[in-house]
Amino acid sequence: MIYRAIVIGASAGGLHAIKTIVSALPSGFRLPIAIVQHLSPLTDNYWISMVDKLSAIAVKEADEKEKLEAGTVYIAPANYHLLVERDETLSLSIDPKVNYARPAIDTLFESAADVFRQQLVGVVLTGSNSDGALGLRRIKECGGLAVVQEPGTAEAGYMPEAAIAATQVDYILPLEKIASLFISIHQQTL
Amino acid sequence: MTKDTTEIEIHLLLEALYRKYGYDFRQYSEAHIRRRLMNRLALCGLQTISEMQSRVLHDREFAAVLLQDLSITVTEMFRDAEFYRAIRQSVVPILKTYSFVKIWHAGCSTGQEAYSMAILLQEEGLYERTTMYATDFNQRALDQAREGIYANEQMKEYTANYQRSGGREAFSDYYTSNYNMAIMEASLKKNIVWAHHNLVTDSVFAEVHMIMCRNVLIYFNSDLQSKVQHLFRDSLTHGGILCLGSKESLRFSGLAEEYIELDKVQKIFKKKYPGGE
Repeated sequence: MIYRAIVIGASAGGLHAIKTIVSALPSGFRLPIAIVQHLSPLTDNYWISMVDKLSAIAVKEADEKEKLEAGTVYIAPANYHLLVERDETLSLSIDPKVNYARPAIDTLFESAADVFRQQLVGVVLTGSNSDGALGLRRIKECGGLAVVQEPGTAEAGYMPEAAIAATQVDYILPLEKIASLFISIHQQTL
Repeated sequence: MTKDTTEIEIHLLLEALYRKYGYDFRQYSEAHIRRRLMNRLALCGLQTISEMQSRVLHDREFAAVLLQDLSITVTEMFRDAEFYRAIRQSVVPILKTYSFVKIWHAGCSTGQEAYSMAILLQEEGLYERTTMYATDFNQRALDQAREGIYANEQMKEYTANYQRSGGREAFSDYYTSNYNMAIMEASLKKNIVWAHHNLVTDSVFAEVHMIMCRNVLIYFNSDLQSKVQHLFRDSLTHGGILCLGSKESLRFSGLAEEYIELDKVQKIFKKKYPGGE
């Protein structure tokens, strides 16, 4: 299968997890990645520039109507949902919270699944709520690949467990193995 | 390439809604429309968007429900406290040079941001000489805004926002609690003109010194954003102030050259005078 994009959702403990994965990707890595990390609405985007500095690929806060580009990581701004449009641009919204969260992982995953169908990889990382479970199920229903961080290795295991309970997951991996999976998926696309 | 069936159905439904009732969502961002329509589909017991289209055409009440689904009614008082801080610092001194101030708050929804601005202007001694036109296409939201009655439980959050925004008074002075409702003070309402206006289909509303339209344009595609930005440009006086949401910009409008950036982060712009500044 040729995959065209990756979506990642994380909550409690997610900053460390995201940093670990993204900073392990090589500069030639070309799949676009969109990420929702639950944060307080008052958080600024300083941490995004920190992850960018540690990474070989570009990491930025998502701008509305921005086209998903190869080799770029887009992170949802605090207090906005992030969605993927059919023309592969990004949208932001201030719609009501989903699963008590804005940005919500389900919102990103479901919209991305509508666009990329079976060519999408969805990843649920550490967290202590069940956001992302329905979104990951939707990705699977569309034929995409479902990846979950091994709950025992997550700072908070509840979110990965909820995702595993919601759908037939393809890979359950410790944090350090997730970047390697991305790299092997990427090599198949070359 | 074959188009996704749901995508075709959504286009046809939006076309039906526009032709029959005049509400035009055809240039809204699709992912957001699709999400709301799928939520309604799950709730209404119909099987497909096409079935919803038929119901929209034949059932006025269902159309009204859908209209509420599609309109943006999420708002809060002093949302983005830093924005109001920036207004106090960079915009109030400009408004103070005018003998009267006309403000257009476009897409005011249920009115929380209009009341926030009224409070700020009152504290800055500007409210008495201000007329604020607060407009929306959603009549139900507008009625709620005019009433100015909100759930008491929201007031805690609003108070925290207000304090972060540089508010100097006791926020509870601005409303009266009655059981579980908070009723906004009449003195805040007296210079607000609530009016029906649709940014997508209506034209210039009035000539004003300041326009506030925050987190509305993110729901529009770039063509519609550009069209509305032209409407704003044509409605502002020279030296007039444009306030957008913190993730919005002028970049699809081709009008960036016509404004000076007063606050880059809070997205506050000042329309240039014909000679430049």
